[in-house]
Amino acid sequence: MTEVNNTSRIDACFERLRKEGRKGLIPYVTAGDPGPEATVPLLHSMVEAGADIIELGIPFSDPVADGPVIELAHQRAVSQGVTLADVLLMVEEFRKKDNVTPIALMGYLNPIEIMGYETFAWRAAEAGVDGLLAVDIPPEDADDMLVPLRKHGLDAVFLLSPNTADERISGICEAASGYVYYVSLKGVTGAGNLDINEVQRRVEHIKGYTRLPVCVGFGIRDGASASAISKVADAVIVGTALVKELAAHEDLEGAKAAITARLTEMRTAMDQ
Amino acid sequence: MSEIRSDKKAEQRYCQPDERGFFGVYGGRFIPETLVPAVQELKEAFEKYNQDPEFLKEFDKDLAHYVGRPSPLYHAERWSRELGGAQIYLKREDLNHTGAHKINHAVGQILLAKRMGKKRIIAETGAGQHGVATATVCARLGLECVVYMGAKDVQRQSANVYRMKLLGATVVPVENGSKTLKDAVNAALRDWVSHVDDTFYLLGTVVGPDPYPKMVRTFQSIIGREARRQILDQAGQLPDALVACVGGGSNAMGLFYPFLEDKSVKLYGVEAGGEGIESGKHAARFSDGRKGVYQGNRTHIMCDDAGQIIESHSVSAGLDYPGVGPEHAWLREVGRAEYPFATDEEALQAFHDLTSYEGIIPALESSHALAYASKLAPTMSPDQSIIVNLSGRGDKDMHTVASIDGITL
Ligand SMILES: Cc1ncc(COP(=O)(O)O)c(C=O)c1O
Repeated sequence: MTEVNNTSRIDACFERLRKEGRKGLIPYVTAGDPGPEATVPLLHSMVEAGADIIELGIPFSDPVADGPVIELAHQRAVSQGVTLADVLLMVEEFRKKDNVTPIALMGYLNPIEIMGYETFAWRAAEAGVDGLLAVDIPPEDADDMLVPLRKHGLDAVFLLSPNTADERISGICEAASGYVYYVSLKGVTGAGNLDINEVQRRVEHIKGYTRLPVCVGFGIRDGASASAISKVADAVIVGTALVKELAAHEDLEGAKAAITARLTEMRTAMDQ
Repeated sequence: MSEIRSDKKAEQRYCQPDERGFFGVYGGRFIPETLVPAVQELKEAFEKYNQDPEFLKEFDKDLAHYVGRPSPLYHAERWSRELGGAQIYLKREDLNHTGAHKINHAVGQILLAKRMGKKRIIAETGAGQHGVATATVCARLGLECVVYMGAKDVQRQSANVYRMKLLGATVVPVENGSKTLKDAVNAALRDWVSHVDDTFYLLGTVVGPDPYPKMVRTFQSIIGREARRQILDQAGQLPDALVACVGGGSNAMGLFYPFLEDKSVKLYGVEAGGEGIESGKHAARFSDGRKGVYQGNRTHIMCDDAGQIIESHSVSAGLDYPGVGPEHAWLREVGRAEYPFATDEEALQAFHDLTSYEGIIPALESSHALAYASKLAPTMSPDQSIIVNLSGRGDKDMHTVASIDGITL
């Protein structure tokens, strides 16, 4: 039997942040990058460095919404045979030491479709996953996925873009739970420069439609951008800047140290 | 031509996809949120202009005077006699401007892009025929054109790369993954996400998110409308079978669509069997694939138990793709069409046969359809007929075939 808690880890996390008057820091890494052994220790070290929620990427052979940095991370993981089933085992392992930090899986639909939505939702809940962010399924066609996720107490996080029309914003917010993910720019992960004022305007606009926390990702890379975005959003999401470190360092310890330094810089800047 | 369009009786009862772009469980719109508004805008524009007499008139005019339609339906008497069975008719899409059927949907989409005010056109290409067709229509309208092409395909289709450059297009070799068509589609999708406001993605086949499968089918169905009228003129009756190769499936859908309600006409979509199904090196998604979600739609794909896409293989770049148009998955599921395969070797044999018996050098893609027809015809009687879609000409494949035959050009 799956335990369905009344308050999810994600809700509890945002509740705690609200009480503390802080904004959330959400790092993303691709599971199995740079190797399958690396992921669980890396997740623990990110929590120590100030991560509030973790987005863990499900490796996929054709990650079309990602830029070159994260695409290569997927390639490294896929080439070592890391599968969705392995990702669930990693989360299970992580949960042995950390039963508080929420984990949302982020990925493309096909591995989940192939596993089967019901099987996935059941196994993910058992493993201690809290939510799913599938980047290539619009909520209006997502019933096959949403029903099992809800049944097993998993949150469905959806993306909103700078060009999402108002009718869609309300529909997406209605289908979503946990939080909504505002993509700060029209592009792939790791692209371009942020227009903070525009992000602020859009986040405020979205908040008119939902009481869910609005988290912002794409284009946040350092203390300055994290601090600026955290003034207008409930949490900031950082991926490419971290994944870059995994690619740049030969040894895992070096990469972990660099990621810790980056997260600490962001955390400090956000909390000032 | 309008006389053909009004001959829509055969198409009346078939009404797929539904308004959300699904053919049964297949199709749909599985894309990142940033692309949803762009795809929605395209769908609205397509539905509007596809009803607009001015648009249809311009499309018909371009098909007639720029593409050179109608393309002939040619009775391949000598080859038919040699095979000893059904009469084989070839729908000569190889005689179109730029040498393949791809120009039909390129003309249709560029007219839409113009009306939508898009200034920048992107496309993916495998064999290079769709890239050439896109570069061609862009040159004609003076629009910026960027074509993504797998690095492996850039090598095996070098003549087409040069043609695209002559036409003013920027060809971007894609070095990721298998360096073939699927990776070119990924690159084009990434470009589109990043330039969504001013860019029109001129997709080369009946794949991708709704409305592409329906839209490309609509622009390509001129093939089947002409063929239906031509075979009735020439043979006095409907054909017994249609045969077309299936990469993404645009030339096949174009031929099949106007015949879907003619239940006596058997439909065969021929996939690339590569080095054989057992070898694992093929693109036979229906013989050795499964239902999945890929590059914008739910369809039959080649993927492993973990859902990772498997690289396809084929001697012909245009069939070398691990997914297939969702409407084909649907037609197969409801039993309306069958999807056999032809191996590299069989396709090469058919390539040489058509060349020597009929003096027509076919594209390697089309050779797969010919190979299957050469197996099917002897099982039928001489008073029966088969229409084979000769989707393109073989000029682009000279280097490939020569090197297989041990000749350096
Ligand atoms: C001559 C020719 N035939 C067929 C194809 C396969 O595409 P489709 O299945 O969409 O017709 C191609 C693709 O490049 C081609 O160039």
